[in-house]
Amino acid sequence: MIENAIHFPILTILILLPVLGGVIIAFIPRESKDAIRSAALGVTMVEFLLSIILLFYFDSSTYKMQFVEKAPWIPGIGVDYFLGMDGISLVLILLTTLLGIVSVLISWTAIEERVKEYMIYLLILETGMVGVFVALDMVLFFLFWEIGLVPMYFLIGVWGGPRKLYANIKFFLYTLFGSVFMLVGILALYYAHGNATGEYTFNLLKLYEVTYPFNLQWWVFIAFFLSFAIKVPVFPFHTWLPDAHVEAPTAGSVILAGVLLKMGTYGFLRFNLPLLAEASHAFTPYILALSVIGIVYGSFLAMAQNDIKKLVAYSSVSHLGAVMAGIFAMNQQGIDGGVIQMINHGISTGGLFLIIGMIYERRHTRLIGDFGGIAKVMPLYSVFVMIIVFSSIGLPGTNGFVGEILILMGLFKASPLASILAATGVILGAAYMLWMYQRVIFGKIKHHENAELKDLNAREFLTLLPIIALILWIGVYPKHFFKLTSASTAHIVEMVKKNQAKQQPAVGHASVEAKAKLVKAEGESR
Amino acid sequence: MIQLVWLIPLLPLIGAIINGVAGSRMGKKAVGLVACLSMAAAFLISVSIFFSLIALPEEARSIEVGVFNWITSGSFQIDISFLVDPLSTLMILVVTGVGFLIHVYSAGYMHHDKSYWRYFSYLNLFVFFMLMLVLGSNYLVMFLGWEGVGLCSYLLIGFWYEKKSASDAGKKAFVVNRIGDFGFILGLFLLFWTLSSHGIHSLSYKTVFASVHELDPKVVTAIAALLFVGAIGKSAQFPLYVWLPDAMEGPTPVSALIHAATMVTAGVYMVARNNALYSMAPEVGQVVASIGIFTALFAASIGLVQDDIKKVLAYSTVSQLGYMFAAVGLGAYVAGVFHLMTHAFFKGLLFLGSGSVIHAMSGEQDMKKMGGLHRHLKTTSITFTIGALAIAGIPPLSGFWSKDEILWEAFSKGHLVIWAVGLLTAFMTAFYMFRQVFLTFSGECRADEHTKHHIHESPAIMTVPLMILAFLAIVGGVVGIPFFEGGSKLHHFLSPVLSHGSHAAAAVEGAGEAVAEAHSSLEFILMGVSVGAGVLGIFLAGLMYFPPLKSFAPSFWTAENMAGTFSPLHKLLYNKYYVDEIYDAVIVNPIKRLCGWCLSFDLGVIDGIVNSAAWITRFISWVSHKFDIYVVDGLVNSMATLVNFNSSIWRRMQTGYLQNYAFIFVLGVLIVLVRVLLG
Repeated sequence: MIENAIHFPILTILILLPVLGGVIIAFIPRESKDAIRSAALGVTMVEFLLSIILLFYFDSSTYKMQFVEKAPWIPGIGVDYFLGMDGISLVLILLTTLLGIVSVLISWTAIEERVKEYMIYLLILETGMVGVFVALDMVLFFLFWEIGLVPMYFLIGVWGGPRKLYANIKFFLYTLFGSVFMLVGILALYYAHGNATGEYTFNLLKLYEVTYPFNLQWWVFIAFFLSFAIKVPVFPFHTWLPDAHVEAPTAGSVILAGVLLKMGTYGFLRFNLPLLAEASHAFTPYILALSVIGIVYGSFLAMAQNDIKKLVAYSSVSHLGAVMAGIFAMNQQGIDGGVIQMINHGISTGGLFLIIGMIYERRHTRLIGDFGGIAKVMPLYSVFVMIIVFSSIGLPGTNGFVGEILILMGLFKASPLASILAATGVILGAAYMLWMYQRVIFGKIKHHENAELKDLNAREFLTLLPIIALILWIGVYPKHFFKLTSASTAHIVEMVKKNQAKQQPAVGHASVEAKAKLVKAEGESR
Repeated sequence: MIQLVWLIPLLPLIGAIINGVAGSRMGKKAVGLVACLSMAAAFLISVSIFFSLIALPEEARSIEVGVFNWITSGSFQIDISFLVDPLSTLMILVVTGVGFLIHVYSAGYMHHDKSYWRYFSYLNLFVFFMLMLVLGSNYLVMFLGWEGVGLCSYLLIGFWYEKKSASDAGKKAFVVNRIGDFGFILGLFLLFWTLSSHGIHSLSYKTVFASVHELDPKVVTAIAALLFVGAIGKSAQFPLYVWLPDAMEGPTPVSALIHAATMVTAGVYMVARNNALYSMAPEVGQVVASIGIFTALFAASIGLVQDDIKKVLAYSTVSQLGYMFAAVGLGAYVAGVFHLMTHAFFKGLLFLGSGSVIHAMSGEQDMKKMGGLHRHLKTTSITFTIGALAIAGIPPLSGFWSKDEILWEAFSKGHLVIWAVGLLTAFMTAFYMFRQVFLTFSGECRADEHTKHHIHESPAIMTVPLMILAFLAIVGGVVGIPFFEGGSKLHHFLSPVLSHGSHAAAAVEGAGEAVAEAHSSLEFILMGVSVGAGVLGIFLAGLMYFPPLKSFAPSFWTAENMAGTFSPLHKLLYNKYYVDEIYDAVIVNPIKRLCGWCLSFDLGVIDGIVNSAAWITRFISWVSHKFDIYVVDGLVNSMATLVNFNSSIWRRMQTGYLQNYAFIFVLGVLIVLVRVLLG
């Protein structure tokens, strides 16, 4: 843990700023919608700039938590207000704040009713998300985890589509169901740590220091797994996702796919792997199996859709399966790939939801059969869609490739069979995405409603521009991003390996230790 | 100069970006100029790099030029860097040279197209990726180019996106290529981790080839086989060739550049580049050669009966690529690369020539509706015939030298079956090519009046590239002629890279004389045989399709008669062995059905479980609700009833009448008294 380098509670500000913005918006009269929108845009932009400041003071040479803030909160039971971040948190925060701006922009004309409440919910949501990625106290983490749920519930419930009630209850209860288990798991660790050391605390870094008995790890792993796997979602816990996406307003989908799902994979990285290394190893075969099923099965489902948004939702299942597979490959390449793919998925799937939102705003339909020949009337739009689609397919030169190749590479080392099966996703992804693209964008205009569609306006162009820029930036020069995360990912690999070595002292102890050293050496040489 | 190699791919990329971003507002002239100039500059730099390279001593002709570090993750480090050596230099000369000519030709061919700028942007982008493919100094940069050319192929095949067949073909090309790429990346992973376990963390050619001998030959065999799966897809070999004939939906210059001269040869280049691996895996080499020669025969047989002028050329491309794989599979890497080069000249020429014909015929591609075009299209006709002679293997044109070398390699290495099939294919090639020449250019014109009226020779911007390519198709074989002193120049040039081919190895050792001697006797006989096969093919085609010769043909030797006599065979060939239909029935449709089943399963079973969990919860809550009302609350209420009942009994005592109270009072007093007195 490093002392706060800038002696300024920047993380607290990052968390509070959106809520404060919400409070300000509450005082704007509801009739002046543009003022409300501008205010929300301003808040998200300041938030983004603040997160950029983090970049300048961030020390990428260490895995240690930075910008730490700590104050006792409920001292009696060892709960602290404890914030800090490493490279993985940093890139996820940058993604969150960027998508924050994007989701205000995409809602500019799409939301005309109750603009004020809408923007307030969006901002509260941002607070919850940032909080999740910087909380280092388990109770605080749980609190932010749940805070994120509520505004999303309202965003879908009030501004959602025709089946919003069903989708919303499913989303809310399913996630809540999972988080109950997480709470139990957290308490189990709390008591185990307390019994072992005499210090009862929810401080994550302190919880890291103890190796828990395998039995306990096993149960806590299952508890955490249920909670995170539902959020990711891992097959077979994915069915809430397409429903929620289809009913959510565009910004809701963008944030849901872009950030909320990443809270699940982040949870696995932050808790399961380092805290429960032995159990993670024990569960790896099963999780890899579920991930690979998710990749292939999600692709098949995507291919069978005739609603673009559902297609993209199922493709998320497939892509998140790949992220999970990378994380549970538990080597440097797999986890690096998993982390960068979390970002990539946020960018490209977020981007896909944006372009779906744009066409929905024009045509009020998302059925593939209602389109065709869009390239003729919306050429610029079509180019943007194409770039995003190819990023999603993982074409070299785009961000998707960088993540995909590392994941498959790491996975190949962990399990060649899993990697081979997962790599079929490369073919299937191209098939369903290009088929969708062909039916929507290419061909002749079959429906006269499409003949007069307007191409992107300036606001939409600006909304998509950062997405496209990041796709190419990460695709061509991902080093900027790896530099931020590599120390943190190397540390996770090291923690997992170390515990594995403890678990099997008899067999191949020396080689495992040598590997751990190697990883360490690599980390240092970087 | 060599340090500036990064400019070669960069220039077309810049061209693509300029045209892509601003092309729609630049006007056609500027667009064409940007595209062609960027290619011309790239070509000039390639030429000067070639001269810088040959100025170096032989052993120094392999220079790596790093640009930047691309992906780093732990021990896995990949740079964007280029390798300048004889093989890559030859490839960039072909790509930029032929590419430049096709760009110029396109400026004329596409002149009437609305999306002129889009076309050139894609075309430049294609060249960029192709150059990355051949210049990359490690496998991942090659893969970047490998997939990138697939993308551009997709974009250009589907260029006229309003046509469903075009966008279908583009999609098919990309997906089928991806099937090959699936094998390719698995090969890369296996290679990387195997090397890693030997302490080598690199995917750059130099390191890999230097250390490949330490690896288990079985693993190398697996790696070579997986990489070859990629080549099958990209170079359209059986069974993944199906995308290439469909790719003819794209504009014709695209077919010339991508689907004949450059992109499809990437697989051959890849195998040649990896000769160190393939030489260690002779079994895979056998497979490569067998698939190659089978594809050559298979595609040529389809080409015999096709009527679409471009389809014939497409199947001929598949067939010629088969020759190249037969060569590289047998370890004759130089011969394969030699044929790659000459093929780029004459197949580029043939495609551009067919484009000129189609241009003249107002878009008609059916050869049955052509004929007699020689009168109107003199330049096109002559150059096209030169191309046909070259591909038919008539000396001294370029195709003769390279094809003959492949056949000679097969023969001299003892692969007589491959040699015989190759010879048969050569005969068929000559036949279908001259069938095409005669149907198109000789006899009477069979087009309708309207089309006839419009027939005109193409402008100079299109015919000059044809003439240059025709020249190259004639003389391009010179570099590979084995009879000069010191043996073939091409062998000598390429041998440092392709030294694992035995033929080339002989050349390196200064055994030029021995080689020339070996060529002397037997090879002359074989040359005669293969020339004979070509001439025979041309002659038979002439008897069937060339009006002045037709009268000499025996009565059964007409197209109609033969098609009638061998009707089932003709139908089978005409329908391309029904391979597309079989794939649809065996692969595509089952997968579509599987997707449907998955969806039902997802909605019915998995989501069903979720929903039933919800329903069960609701049922339980309903039961508890009832339980609450009838049992829990019932208990409470019955208590109340009980109390009520009790009280109703006791209430009777509280009547409010004084005499009742007095009576009870007296009664009580009496009882107490009796108790006291008796006790």
